[in-house]
Amino acid sequence: MILYSARRAALMDDAARAAPKGRSLAADARRRLMQNKAAVFSLFLLGLVIILALAGPWFISHDYETPDWGALRSMPSFGNGHYFGTDQNGRDMLARTLYGTRVSLLVALIATLVSVCIGVLYGAVAGYVGGRVDQAMMRLVDIMYALPYILFVILLMVIFGRNVFLLFAAIGAIEWLTMARIVRGQTIALKEREFVEAARASGQTTFGIILRHIIPNLTGPVVIYAALTVPEIIVTESFLSYLGFGVQEPLTSLGTLISEGADVMEVMPWLLGFPALFLVSLLLSLMFIGDGLRDAFDPKDR
Amino acid sequence: MEPLLKLQDYTIRFATPDGDVHAVTGLDLDLAPGEKLAIVGESGSGKSQCWMGVMGLLARNARVSGRAMFGDRNLLGLTQRQLDAVRGAEICMVFQDPMTALNPVLRISRQLTETLEVHRGAGRREAEKQAIAMLERVGIPDAPRRFRQYPHEMSGGMRQRVVIAMALLTKPRLLIADEPTTALDVTIQAQILDLFQDLVTETGTSLVMISHDLGAVAGIADRVAVMYAGRIVEDSPVDDLYERPAHPYARALLQSIPRVDRATADIRPIDGRPPSLADLPRGCSFAPRCGYRTDACDAAVPPLADIEPGRIAACFHPVHRHTAADSKGSRT
Repeated sequence: MILYSARRAALMDDAARAAPKGRSLAADARRRLMQNKAAVFSLFLLGLVIILALAGPWFISHDYETPDWGALRSMPSFGNGHYFGTDQNGRDMLARTLYGTRVSLLVALIATLVSVCIGVLYGAVAGYVGGRVDQAMMRLVDIMYALPYILFVILLMVIFGRNVFLLFAAIGAIEWLTMARIVRGQTIALKEREFVEAARASGQTTFGIILRHIIPNLTGPVVIYAALTVPEIIVTESFLSYLGFGVQEPLTSLGTLISEGADVMEVMPWLLGFPALFLVSLLLSLMFIGDGLRDAFDPKDR
Repeated sequence: MEPLLKLQDYTIRFATPDGDVHAVTGLDLDLAPGEKLAIVGESGSGKSQCWMGVMGLLARNARVSGRAMFGDRNLLGLTQRQLDAVRGAEICMVFQDPMTALNPVLRISRQLTETLEVHRGAGRREAEKQAIAMLERVGIPDAPRRFRQYPHEMSGGMRQRVVIAMALLTKPRLLIADEPTTALDVTIQAQILDLFQDLVTETGTSLVMISHDLGAVAGIADRVAVMYAGRIVEDSPVDDLYERPAHPYARALLQSIPRVDRATADIRPIDGRPPSLADLPRGCSFAPRCGYRTDACDAAVPPLADIEPGRIAACFHPVHRHTAADSKGSRT
């Protein structure tokens, strides 16, 4: 008898465990992402780079701006403590690379955040309200698309001066254009769905519907596109720094480091190699994660 | 008794590049509090659009005229904000397909408590308590656990129960159900209809059930309004309609239902097709398909007239006194 009741209890336990527990689409997506080897490896690599960039500078004895007069143009060496070597001014390349990574990541994060916020709201409102409002809003996007990008950035430089982070918030404010288009398209498809009609029939306001019913349904495409925007902005930043518009000395970014390293790559290849290695691993891992997310959120596409 | 909802000369037109489409033409209808009314008709008879119009859910190119008095308010003249205060609080709607009527990325809990919080100003915990109680009432086993699930984890029948719970949660005075059982399994259909019957009787809510399935509404409605080409052609108590339909179209509709206890040969489909709503005939819309047509039918639209106490039909030649045997049915 005791045996039976124990078994029954065990069976009940099993049944309770087997019962569906409320798995969201996000949980499903996470599970699928974890099955994607390239994405998992990239997540790991990205995490490593981020940890290095954030915590690394505390563990090395050199900072990114003070010259070591005894070791100008030093090759990477364990002997003098400059593991990545030093540049023409004797500044430690390891510290500079880690700092550069920090700046590049931060800039990309700010710009992406800004572009996601503006893009999602703008696109969702345009798509949901529709009609003339939509026409007007999307023509504005078209006009902004048509403006030369670099001209815009130079204008913003004039306005924001040397504050890099404001500048890149402003770059984010241009990057949202594509996001707005994607979101608008998705919203137009979504608003015809019955649950939106049901929400209207239950007396929810237009803004409430956009916030509670439209935007949560956009998570998939938005997350994917945001993950692909991050590397894009890192590249943009590198490009602008290369032109001399980006981060100003002595602060540095991966793009600035690479542009300086490229000038002297024949005599001091380590000035180019290490920042490039960091940039490439950052970009590759972000892109693989973006791809993995796309597959995870939309399994039909595979 | 003062009617709960009174439609007067209610007309819906859709402006299209090819001219106006007359979805609903000059409809007059009263609905008493607590009454259960079924609206039946073919696809395109305007039966859904009519009630979408009452809810203010029509497409952008719709032009509505006439009046829809809900109490002392004309629903057609309300501002968006006033309408939002009525929808979901006093008039609720159950949609056809429970697979798409629930937001796939939100838990049931969020979707259920939302209307309570918006309309009744209930706190979250109070709203959740009421919502779980309502889930139990609509027959969802293990409601507290189901409450935390997402729509895709439930079967169609269960989702429709959730949708019904959602609609009744605010204790509306009028519930509009747009083909609530069409997307469900036949075995589930009966259960859901029973549920409607019980809940509506229990809460004293008026029910408008839109359907093309005469069999489904027979057991639940007090009164049936038959629509054809945007007009009501007959409005009768449910038993009278089924036993002695007055309008030839209503009779033809009844004869076209397949029944298990009759041979397939007994089914009489209605010949021809409904008229184009963009180009309605001058006379009776059903005349071209009607076996009782006379010249009068082509000359003018027959008005809705009393044919017996409590019954109205729009026909110059009502057939309710004919026996089934001398039915000429549809023209061949």
